[in-house]
Amino acid sequence: MSDLKKIKDEFLLKLKGKLDISEINKIKSDLFGKSGLISTQFKKIGTIADSERKKFASDLNIIKNELQDSISSKINEVENVEINKKLEKEKIDITLPERSFVRGKIHPVSQTIDEISSIFSEIGFSVEEGPDVENEYNNFTALNTPENHPARDMHDTFYLDEKKHKLLRTHTSPVQIRTMLKDKPPFKIIAPGRTYRSDSDQTHSPMFHQVEGLHIDKNINMGHLKGCLNYFIKEFFEVDKIQMRFRPSHFPFTEPSAEVDIGYEMKGGKIVIGEGNRWLEILGCGMVHPNVLKNVKVDPAKFQGYAFGIGIDRLAMLKYGINDLRAFFDCDYRWLNHFGFDPLDVPTNYRGLSR
Amino acid sequence: MKITFDWLKDHLKTNLKEKNLLEQLTNIGLEVESVESLSADNELFKVAEIIKTEKHPNADRLKVCDVNIGKNEIKKVVCGAANAKEGLLTIYALPGAIIPKTKTKLVVAKIRGVTSYGMLCSESELNLSNESDGITELTKDFKKNIGKSYFSKSKSNLIDLSITPNRPDCLGIRGIARDLAASGFGKLIDLKEKKIHSKNKHTLKVKINKEKGQGCTAFGSCLIKDVKNSESPKWLKDKLISIGQKPISAIVDITNYVMLDINRPLHAYDADKIEKGIIVRNSQSGEEFTALDNKNYKLESGMCVITDNKGVLGLGGIIGGTRSGTEFNTKNILLESAYFEPGSIRNTAKKLNLDTDAKFRFERGIDPLSIEEGLNKAAKLIKEICGGEISKIDIQKTETYKTKKITFDPNIFEKISGFKISFKEMIKILEGLGFEVKKDKKSFKLAIPAWRPDISQEVDIVEELLRISGYEKIKYIEPIKQRKKSTLNKFQKLFHFLQRSVASKGYLEAITWSFTDKRYNDYFRDTKKEIKIINPISSELGVLRNSIFSNLIMHINKNLDRGFKDLSVFEIGPSFYGSNPGEQNTVVCGLTVGKKSRLSWIEKDRNVDVFDVKRDVVQTLVEAGYDSQNFFIDNETPSYYHPGKSGRLFLDNVKNQIAAYFGEIHPNILKQIDMKTESVVGFEIFMENLKLPEKTLKDLKEKFSFSDYQKSERDFAFIVNKDVRAQDLIETISSVDESLIKDIRVFDVYEGENIPENQKSIAISVTIQSSERTLNENDLEKINDLIIKSVENKTGAKIRS
Repeated sequence: MSDLKKIKDEFLLKLKGKLDISEINKIKSDLFGKSGLISTQFKKIGTIADSERKKFASDLNIIKNELQDSISSKINEVENVEINKKLEKEKIDITLPERSFVRGKIHPVSQTIDEISSIFSEIGFSVEEGPDVENEYNNFTALNTPENHPARDMHDTFYLDEKKHKLLRTHTSPVQIRTMLKDKPPFKIIAPGRTYRSDSDQTHSPMFHQVEGLHIDKNINMGHLKGCLNYFIKEFFEVDKIQMRFRPSHFPFTEPSAEVDIGYEMKGGKIVIGEGNRWLEILGCGMVHPNVLKNVKVDPAKFQGYAFGIGIDRLAMLKYGINDLRAFFDCDYRWLNHFGFDPLDVPTNYRGLSR
Repeated sequence: MKITFDWLKDHLKTNLKEKNLLEQLTNIGLEVESVESLSADNELFKVAEIIKTEKHPNADRLKVCDVNIGKNEIKKVVCGAANAKEGLLTIYALPGAIIPKTKTKLVVAKIRGVTSYGMLCSESELNLSNESDGITELTKDFKKNIGKSYFSKSKSNLIDLSITPNRPDCLGIRGIARDLAASGFGKLIDLKEKKIHSKNKHTLKVKINKEKGQGCTAFGSCLIKDVKNSESPKWLKDKLISIGQKPISAIVDITNYVMLDINRPLHAYDADKIEKGIIVRNSQSGEEFTALDNKNYKLESGMCVITDNKGVLGLGGIIGGTRSGTEFNTKNILLESAYFEPGSIRNTAKKLNLDTDAKFRFERGIDPLSIEEGLNKAAKLIKEICGGEISKIDIQKTETYKTKKITFDPNIFEKISGFKISFKEMIKILEGLGFEVKKDKKSFKLAIPAWRPDISQEVDIVEELLRISGYEKIKYIEPIKQRKKSTLNKFQKLFHFLQRSVASKGYLEAITWSFTDKRYNDYFRDTKKEIKIINPISSELGVLRNSIFSNLIMHINKNLDRGFKDLSVFEIGPSFYGSNPGEQNTVVCGLTVGKKSRLSWIEKDRNVDVFDVKRDVVQTLVEAGYDSQNFFIDNETPSYYHPGKSGRLFLDNVKNQIAAYFGEIHPNILKQIDMKTESVVGFEIFMENLKLPEKTLKDLKEKFSFSDYQKSERDFAFIVNKDVRAQDLIETISSVDESLIKDIRVFDVYEGENIPENQKSIAISVTIQSSERTLNENDLEKINDLIIKSVENKTGAKIRS
């Protein structure tokens, strides 16, 4: 008994000292090697009197476990110290640049189209599209702008044939015609897309974007038009209040027709939409002309409604403070990077248009 | 249309201020474009005379002029105008003046080494006309005004209105006054012109030929004999100058004044230069005449011309000719007041590319009943100013104007506008606008005033009522938040998805014009038909793009010139294959140039290559829901790709429709456009060729199943001929046992030492796993053998031992 206790006390004390791995291994073999101190004690079990054997075996096992635990925790301790010492040497300059990651950007016009679609989606509009090349009928005649109508001068048109039958659409309004010819009323659509006019200077680009709106049903009147546009403008500019002015104008395909101005002010060289006493023209609209409805076989006695056309690029410029329209289509890397949007910023109804 | 408040007051009695006027004009649809104060700067534009010209010592085309600006003051002015000559009376702008057209402030400046004090102005610079050829030439009468301000001291601002094409009546001051009066802005002054009571015979015979398509339906005229044409009196000159017109001579000024005042275009002929009589007829092809703009016009057949025995005198309603034009020495004049059909005017003017004030008005529709009023008003003024004897008025007609009448249901107003106004109010508005109103039990019977050709149906009346009573009365009806149809269809959703998917891979989205430079287009046209624009804005934008690459590569090149090196851009949009509506594809086109990891401390740089764009194409399609296991790729690509390093991708091996191309851009193209970069790779995904997903996300999630049995990886190295494609090896291996072979990866491709020429080694790792049990060595050996046998049989490969 006293032998066992002596061994235990002696080695536990040894294991408390400063040891390296080989010294611990030495202790391990001194105790548990073939002729180790503990191993030999186990061999002795057979020689001990029956009456004491059980207790001896039990005590021996306890001491064995205690010593083994102590050894493994010592090994752990020493190894940890060594790992930590090694890690100490592995210190790097964490301020070096990370591995590069490049995400692209979405063009502001595309982002704006998605914003517009999201807003109109909420009030039940669906998106329609039409081709960039149109025939003269859909672009003009069906829209109550027959040949020789002076209103055709308002659009400088690109033509694709000498007879001037085929052209690049000058507005998105032909999508109204296509949609109404294809389906039956009611209609509630928006049609964003590319439009073209042979006009090119600082403020005009020969290609630009428009979004057309059309709502035809029974009993749709100008109050609905005003309400719809007021809702859209507020949502789009993410403001609670806007000032809006409807002003009489003329478009061959609507009657009565209106142009819509919104109030703004200049703050620090930037346009702020909503308040202020200056007016900015942003769109044209009106009640769809009965002649247009007749042209697409919709009975104007039963159905009526409104249409509007908004310049998308213009909206994007106003909302995001972009000054130069021409830059939209110039593909300048710096500009695209600056005004582009992260593709993960998808405008949605539930999380809003922007962050 | 330019007006002043002062001139309006000739027709409108009002106590209101100009500020109210501007607001009201816009409110009733006569949009105020700009308001210009002419008076502030007036003093800085003086009548002056050139007294000497010399050639500029350093410039062939310039002259140095000594200009007498009054009070014995002579200024040296450098001038480039061809017509600058000694003795010319013109308009001189002092330094400090703001040039009306350019809005720039004039400063004393050295022009090619000679100091110029001020400027001699062209009519266009002063917004007097579009005449920009040479400096303004004033008549001799101005000699006494040298040193005086050219513009009169008007207190009234110049107001420029944008008149919509449906309102020809507002191309005259009176029409604007009428609209204002109807809206409650003052009272319209009654100005019934007294008729001419003359006993003098009209001795010049006028005849309108009755022929098909004759554009003139009425021709009114009178003769005024023994006139003395002169400079206009001050009131008339001031009036014209106040709205930016240049006075010419009394007779011309009077006809202009009547046109601007009551929108009645007139024309004055020198009656002595007319041979026998006037014949209004259709032109014959090839007829020629010199118009008052000093240009010679060759006519097509069927244009409405005013002629005499000798030929064409003028184009009816558009422009007169020099042969019968009035001059200062004109003694006898024939004054014309006619009606021309808008369509005929427009056709002719368009064909001859002519634009005049008269044309602008006739093509919009002139009041057919204003013929006599115009003659009365102008003839009386001519007599007053130039003297002479007026003859009886003669009006030749082929048609008699009938007043248009419509029945209007007043309830329609509320149905369209959404608010109510009383019948009484409606009648007041309509009468104010010149309608005759008869009220029935249920409807109004309306006679439409002759000056309103734009009104033909009930909805037009609604607009008039709404316009005058005020658009601000329209209510706001909140939209209902209800959706009956999905916002986007499947194609649009895919468009939206692909756009953001490609952008998420490092590409900046660009939007470029749908047209492009023919030269660039030709590089990427391949076998497609060129689609020309008949009237492009410039020859560099003359064709519709057959491929988006044309624009992207041009712009990328510009960005390289700006010093950028590694660029990725894409565009999603139309590319055209025909000139008919719908002959266009929606293409996602991406372009990447330069290197990856340029100047990186941690990663080795390398050129972008075909496998970068292949990854972008494949990954984008996989994200969009297409199964890459079914993709089939070969290397038949259009001519603008590198013939060896490019691929064509189909969504399945039925190979119906090409989903995408990708690869290096052909080095010849890069050479020709002088593109300086390490590498250029691109791709095109053709949206119309992608089968729209039939499954929704909900359907795509199949039952979740997996296998926990042990999996084994076996590596194979095959030696194959160089033309054997990895895709064939993979397909062969995969088809050995699709239920057991879970993954196949190519981990090495090697050519060179120890491999026979024309052959290559492809090393493939295959993952084998059963979903039913753990495979034993025996099972694995079997599959192993099968894989080797199949690959060897199908591709002629040899396993590398």
